[in-house]
Amino acid sequence: MVNENLVKDVVKEPYKYGFVTDIETEKIEKGLNEDIIKLISQKKEEPKFLLDFRLKAFKKWQKMKEPDWAALGYKKIDYQDIIYYSAPKQKEKISSLDEVDPKLLETFDKLGIPLTEQKKLTNVAVDAVFDSVSIATTFREELAEHGVIFCSISEAVKNHADLIEKYLGTVVPASDNYFAALNSAVFSDGSFVYIPKGVTCPMDLSSYFRINSGDSGQFERTLIIAEESSSVSYLEGCTAPMFDTNTLHAAVVELIALDDASIKYSTVQNWYAGDEEGIGGIFNFVTKRGKCLGKRSKISWSQVETGSAITWKYPSCLLLGEESVGEFYSVALTNNLQQADTGTKMIHIGPKTKSTIVSKGISAGNSKNSYRGLVKMGTKATGSRNYSQCDSMLIGDQASANTFPYIKSQQPNSEIEHEASTCRISEDQLFYLQSRGIEFEEAVSMMVSGFCRDVFNQLPMEFAAEADKLLALKLEGSVG
Amino acid sequence: MQSKMKESDPILEVENLSASTDNLTILKGVSLTVYPGEIHAIMGRNGCGKSTLSKIIAGHPSYNITNGDIKFLGENINSLEPEERSQSGIFLGFQYPIEIPGVSNLEFLRVSTNARRKFLNREELDTFDFEELVKEKLEIVKMDHAFLSRSVNQGFSGGEKKRNEILQMALLEPKIAILDETDSGLDIDALRIVASGIKKISNAQTGIILITHYQRLLDEIKPNYVHVMSDGQIIKTGASDLALELEEKGYEWTDNFIKEI
Repeated sequence: MVNENLVKDVVKEPYKYGFVTDIETEKIEKGLNEDIIKLISQKKEEPKFLLDFRLKAFKKWQKMKEPDWAALGYKKIDYQDIIYYSAPKQKEKISSLDEVDPKLLETFDKLGIPLTEQKKLTNVAVDAVFDSVSIATTFREELAEHGVIFCSISEAVKNHADLIEKYLGTVVPASDNYFAALNSAVFSDGSFVYIPKGVTCPMDLSSYFRINSGDSGQFERTLIIAEESSSVSYLEGCTAPMFDTNTLHAAVVELIALDDASIKYSTVQNWYAGDEEGIGGIFNFVTKRGKCLGKRSKISWSQVETGSAITWKYPSCLLLGEESVGEFYSVALTNNLQQADTGTKMIHIGPKTKSTIVSKGISAGNSKNSYRGLVKMGTKATGSRNYSQCDSMLIGDQASANTFPYIKSQQPNSEIEHEASTCRISEDQLFYLQSRGIEFEEAVSMMVSGFCRDVFNQLPMEFAAEADKLLALKLEGSVG
Repeated sequence: MQSKMKESDPILEVENLSASTDNLTILKGVSLTVYPGEIHAIMGRNGCGKSTLSKIIAGHPSYNITNGDIKFLGENINSLEPEERSQSGIFLGFQYPIEIPGVSNLEFLRVSTNARRKFLNREELDTFDFEELVKEKLEIVKMDHAFLSRSVNQGFSGGEKKRNEILQMALLEPKIAILDETDSGLDIDALRIVASGIKKISNAQTGIILITHYQRLLDEIKPNYVHVMSDGQIIKTGASDLALELEEKGYEWTDNFIKEI
């Protein structure tokens, strides 16, 4: 095809978040053992139950094997060659944003996440995490008036230890998988959200994760609890500098929704993806799971995955409560030598539970993009329903797309529906748009957005615009 | 030729054009000149090169021009991108309009219209102003507003697709429109709507090339010239009665002309 090379050029994109912040950091030595874990726990002044949680997880991790079932190929990770705690040096106690190192504020400014009182985003509260620690959380007082707790998980461990002890590890147990066990042993920071009974969170909450250091891993941990009849919309963004080494990111996110509660969790993931030759980039191994514990509870995941050298991620829902609802809307774009193995698990346990899966994979360059999903109907899931739709779009002739849907039903009185399609941006479609005066790049980007529309419609408004722009940026480049 | 044509400059000049795709020669020296206000019909068997000619004029990347020139308003456009040709006023109505899933027809029409407006140094339209404009133009092709919220051509019937093409022509206000078998697959009513749409849009400043197999479109829109194509060449040019003669005698009759060339 004549336009093939043009398409390849168009999907080249400069990574604009690739800068490093030059800041003095406190790092511990490389490697992982019990002493390191004790040191992390001690640095974070944690209660004993948490240290025990970490050590138990570490013991389990040591007995586990790194999973190799995903359609991913990468050099073995040396877990002893990673720094497990890295924090920018700051004053011991920070009472207000004025005391935060200006370099850090500047960093988040550059990322489009201003934190200071004058400039902060007006309609969304932000928790900013830099390497292993949370830097600042905005709108805390305003949220506190509604009884909403939004803070770093380290703070929650200190101030809300009862909630942490009650819920941490109840959705993703330490023994769940290799990376979850690792995270449970060494997790650094992340966000904690608690929405009390009957409260609709007055604004969107968001966490912004920034990896700055090249040799330390990031192991964030997020826990969101929505009490009866409450609701919250939570957004997550991530970026990292360009290094020619790979950085490990192994996060765990746990969501809990009680009766009539609803949690909407949206991610725009734009970790550094490595260069055209596949040098560098983040290894993104993430366990995200929500538990619809209560009746009529609802958990909705939406994700736009554009970054990382490797993505291994399956945001899932355990549908326990009667008539509970799980949703998964995903766009995964891979380019150059990126690899993504992503999807979801919808585990229907309670009766009349409902789940929807819409996955859109776009592969360009020499990348590999797989959807992997499990829909399971348990013996008690009578009258339950699932609908899955998995579409792949190929750009160029070197990229690959796979779909691995697993379906297990132990309940004959339930319905599972699966649709899948693969398409390629055709020369005829491009010519049609061009012959109507629309430029080549815009034509490609229009078609990609069109392909993703079902998912973008699920994102919060500002996020949808950002996601659209991000994809356009990823597809932008020098034509010709 | 007639003196009328000399009064103004031609819109389109195709000069001795030869073109190939995948090393297969499809056009073998086609010449055609269109002056403002003229309607030309091109007829011929399937595979004679009619559609290829239209695609090459619109800038389809699959074809290579091996000889000759295409001039639009006096400028050589051989190396212009398809979008540049469209913006400057060349319109191709597709024989098989392409479906673009997920892209809303309204947004597509707006982006396209604005690209042309920008070229003409006219103000680009926001969604609200564009809705006003498009409402007017929908009348011309008797299309329902609901068409705008659907994906481009997706799930449209044959007739709806063709009417959507004419809607685009109405919005883009081209200097020259090449309509490739716009009449095929239309029932009588749809044909009348399309034909009256074309008549409303065209004027003394525009040129039209109708590529067709059938007399019935030419009954509605009377051409000034009829060209018969065969094997990549125009083998006969005549007035509108040539089409009638062709309808009567069939293409076999034209085979004799090839020998004459």
